[in-house]
Amino acid sequence: MELKDIINPNNLVYEKPKLLTENTMHYCPGCSHGVIHRLLAEVIEDMGIQDKTIGVSPVGCAVFAYNYIEIDWQEAAHGRAPAVATGIVRTNPDKVVFTYQGDGDLASIGTAEIMHACNRGENMVVIFVNNGIYGMTGGQMAPTTLLGQITATTPNGRDAGRNGYPLRITELIAQLPGTSYVTRQSVHTPATIRKCKKAITKAFQAAIDKKGTSFVEIVSTCNMNWKMTPVKANEWMVENMFPFYVPGDLKDSSKNDPESYTPLKN
Amino acid sequence: MAKVIGAVVVDNEECKGCGLCVVACPQDVLSQNKQVNSRGYHYSFMKNPEACIGCSNCATVCPDTCITVYRVKL
Repeated sequence: MELKDIINPNNLVYEKPKLLTENTMHYCPGCSHGVIHRLLAEVIEDMGIQDKTIGVSPVGCAVFAYNYIEIDWQEAAHGRAPAVATGIVRTNPDKVVFTYQGDGDLASIGTAEIMHACNRGENMVVIFVNNGIYGMTGGQMAPTTLLGQITATTPNGRDAGRNGYPLRITELIAQLPGTSYVTRQSVHTPATIRKCKKAITKAFQAAIDKKGTSFVEIVSTCNMNWKMTPVKANEWMVENMFPFYVPGDLKDSSKNDPESYTPLKN
Repeated sequence: MAKVIGAVVVDNEECKGCGLCVVACPQDVLSQNKQVNSRGYHYSFMKNPEACIGCSNCATVCPDTCITVYRVKL
């Protein structure tokens, strides 16, 4: 069979989701943000909630997320996405609201906002992209930077005595009674990407069912600031990030977790 | 067993040449072109088109969503 016979709309198995715009993403080659954007677009498209989804974009590389996914967006000040999302979801309870934040945004400057939004159990989805570094500003140390990891501000590697310890914020958030689904995923192989898509779907379903905050951490790479090729960065992530940031569900209220949040009856 | 053949179409101008699809391909179909596109990236192409099974692993890992996958059952 000739190639031109195979390349035919009847034989299509995979194409770009319709919710992604034609704009070329500004991310570096091999950046995990591209995959996560596509997963969000696929999930929103599959669930048919394009009209009622509102995203809150962070300050960080994903600040231009509104250029790439055809839904309503609101830009928040650095770290304040959960506070802005709280306002949106309280005034529009029928909407599906999610925040998209990096580790510098969520785990550093926005720690207070995310902790209290999750503790209040605001009915929203938090997508937390953790690459252990400040990507947009040139690769400085973030709270999530691993011990010994070389960044622009820790040229000899992060030292616990001087810089403190890396922060596992997802573990902290899983203890809060307001959260219904807390998970840690990654997007480095086809299998983990499919698994991550299921997790994002579950998180959006929890938001639609008004179960409280759903928190999806996605352990990602920043190959440009880690100074590696995209393939090497994925290997480095598996070797170094996964022993500390262990992938898996931390809390799942659909499985009758005793610590799960149950919404108050009016 | 039914034989499956596939084909992928890479958007040469969108591809940033990160090489993640080359590693994700179980059949070793894709490779990076020696040519560059207008933005200077070595875009991916089907080096070995007969081996493609249309599994869509390459499209799944592509951060720029520039791969479209087709599959035919014989």
